[in-house]
Amino acid sequence: MAFQIPTVKYSGKINQVPVGAKKVLLGGQTAYNFHTFEGEFPNKPKIALDVWDYDPKDEWPAALVEAFQGVTGDPAAWAKKCVEYGADIVVLHLKSSDPNAQNTGAAEAIANVQKVLDAVDVPVIVFGVDNKDKDVETLAAIAEKFAGKNLVLGPVTDKNYKQIGAQALAYGHTVIARSPIDVNLAKQLNILLTGLGLPLDKIIVDPTTGGLGYGMEYGYSVMERIQMAALVQQDDNLQQPMISFFGEDVWKTKEASLPTAENPQLGDAQCRGVLMEVTEAVAVLHAGISVISMRHPASVKIVREYIDKVTDGGAVSGGLPEVPITKF
Amino acid sequence: MALTGIQIFKMLPGTNCKKCGAATCLAFAMNLASGKAELDACPDVSAESREKLSAASAPPIRPLIIGYGPTATKIGGETVLFRHEKTFYNPTGIAALINDSESDADIAAKVKRFQKLQYLRVGLNLRPELVVVKGGARLAEAAKAVVDNSDLSVILYSEDVAALKKATDALAGKNPLIGPATKANAADVAALAKEAKVPVWLKAVNIDEVAELTKTLTAAGIKDIVIDSGARTVKDAFTDSLGIRRAALGGNRDYGFPTIAFPVEITDNLAMQTAVAAALIAKYAGVVVLSDLDGASVFPLLLERLNIFTDPQRPMTVVQDIYPINNPDENSPVLVTTNFSLTYFIVSGEVEGSRVPSWLLIKDSEGLSVMTAWAAGKFSGDDVGMYVKKSGIADKIKHKSIIIPGYAAAILGDMEEELQGWKVAIGPREAAHLPKFLKEFKVS
Repeated sequence: MAFQIPTVKYSGKINQVPVGAKKVLLGGQTAYNFHTFEGEFPNKPKIALDVWDYDPKDEWPAALVEAFQGVTGDPAAWAKKCVEYGADIVVLHLKSSDPNAQNTGAAEAIANVQKVLDAVDVPVIVFGVDNKDKDVETLAAIAEKFAGKNLVLGPVTDKNYKQIGAQALAYGHTVIARSPIDVNLAKQLNILLTGLGLPLDKIIVDPTTGGLGYGMEYGYSVMERIQMAALVQQDDNLQQPMISFFGEDVWKTKEASLPTAENPQLGDAQCRGVLMEVTEAVAVLHAGISVISMRHPASVKIVREYIDKVTDGGAVSGGLPEVPITKF
Repeated sequence: MALTGIQIFKMLPGTNCKKCGAATCLAFAMNLASGKAELDACPDVSAESREKLSAASAPPIRPLIIGYGPTATKIGGETVLFRHEKTFYNPTGIAALINDSESDADIAAKVKRFQKLQYLRVGLNLRPELVVVKGGARLAEAAKAVVDNSDLSVILYSEDVAALKKATDALAGKNPLIGPATKANAADVAALAKEAKVPVWLKAVNIDEVAELTKTLTAAGIKDIVIDSGARTVKDAFTDSLGIRRAALGGNRDYGFPTIAFPVEITDNLAMQTAVAAALIAKYAGVVVLSDLDGASVFPLLLERLNIFTDPQRPMTVVQDIYPINNPDENSPVLVTTNFSLTYFIVSGEVEGSRVPSWLLIKDSEGLSVMTAWAAGKFSGDDVGMYVKKSGIADKIKHKSIIIPGYAAAILGDMEEELQGWKVAIGPREAAHLPKFLKEFKVS
């Protein structure tokens, strides 16, 4: 007898959010991610790669620095490289604006955004440093300067949603609403932003997460609960596409930068960070994430192939990065 | 499906004899329904009712054990689709596939390497535990080479029942999972498994055929069954895994067994196998089989498995202890914080990322985060001070400086009073600011 998968009754859908001047569409799904047998998926999940506004080669693991050799000091060249590597979206991190670091101002931030926008035509996320006052200073100025470009500005938190939200609304940008690993706080921030008048197709949610092996389960379950509330419980305050910035957490771990010789049981140093990134990517995608922000080009290749094959079916393509077996 | 107390009551003798310890049969029925009593407590229940009741109270997914010793792997026994609804109980087993065409020496070298893939983390030993031995002619010899050279448990993979029998005999006492039972050989594999008292895996041509095979095996008296739906694409592997879990939890007994998935037979590429395994660890596989076990691939999967199978009903805590990070020495700074696992993970992650050698003291705060622990009096100055004294950290360092979390700044006075001669420094409120803080911090 033919087997029938017991299906779920969905009552809601994820709002579709167009980003960038070319309006790349995020979200729009009517079922849990990759449940193609019981829902519509007009837009596959998107992959973003990071660009920093200063050269991080002294801070990043060798595997990452090598992949972006020669471009890490130049946001424009770096952004181009990301697109070459297959990124759907570029995230420009305004790392130098951190008051605890170089504390650069809005003028520098604007100049860097301009460079990236001139270099690539994929959507650009401009990301602050999660400092409520500093992010208002830079992002508000950027919003005004790039009116109508539909940039994605973040992070917006309950501490600065009014200032950044109002600027995004006035100048036609999208925001990333970030809350700390909690369904109700995510919902509350969405309510605050829509209360400002921001339309639903201008909000992306970052529910935040711990890194792989560093409490990922908390973020994972909050994502699943948000996805469930949105699709099955018809909670229209949680129906925004979600983004996850786990790449940052993964590459910060000790394991991601440990040389192969120091602990051969952990395998090849080049490959290890990539597969940590891939593993968390696949987990959060299945938990309902619509945009993943990663760092390594090999991760993009593997996760893209995963997304394509789990959605469309068919055999795995050739040409994927190989895992060298470390013998010891 | 679970029965209600009333449904159970109708199947009980109705004598209210109190021999079970409950005042009435109805009370006993209610206790049975909520899992507070065992049916065996009733001496008078009819054989027919007993059968019905035990079938109804069986878990929706059969729990079973593969293997022996330290790598015995319990799978199945799950009750929910989402871990936040209750918890996931039995972590997915991680396996590598070895062909019996490989020489015994090669197999020995491989499994010795696999056995060294063990990682100590938050007091737990993370490791892959299984090897699938595939083939026919040399199945027994190859399987023997695995158990003679490692403590890994074995899954046998051969449709040749004679080869399977020889290998099963060679692994006597090691409780291998044997198979695959297919439409062609199910009766013979069932007979072998019954005699050897080992679990069986079945390989269907597709998910439809699974029911037919589980019925055949069950009728032959086999209870411990593992399902391979035959899926060999990324999409089918995920969809079948989901479908089987949903059907089982919905009460479909033909699908009420744990599963085995073969990323190794979906693609030769280990990176993509890792991605597929990552999906199936989160989404319901009992065992995932890869082409090789290498730290770069298996370490991330073990971390994911640790995370996904953590019980969300209990705040996960870390053992109260001194945790050295980045190989600290006697001049390295000392930090103290609470034992809520997320606090530990975030703080230790930031300290690690800073590359500053440090000592991290974790104080038992009953699994509360810093602010909550402080507010609840589980992280007070004298308390923390006393812990620092008895922790033994003083023997490891030459200085007397200690850093407390910014959110617990108020305990500074009491702590300095308790720790005479120490200098207590207030660290940042957010862990993200620790790297900068540590790089500038000078012990005194």
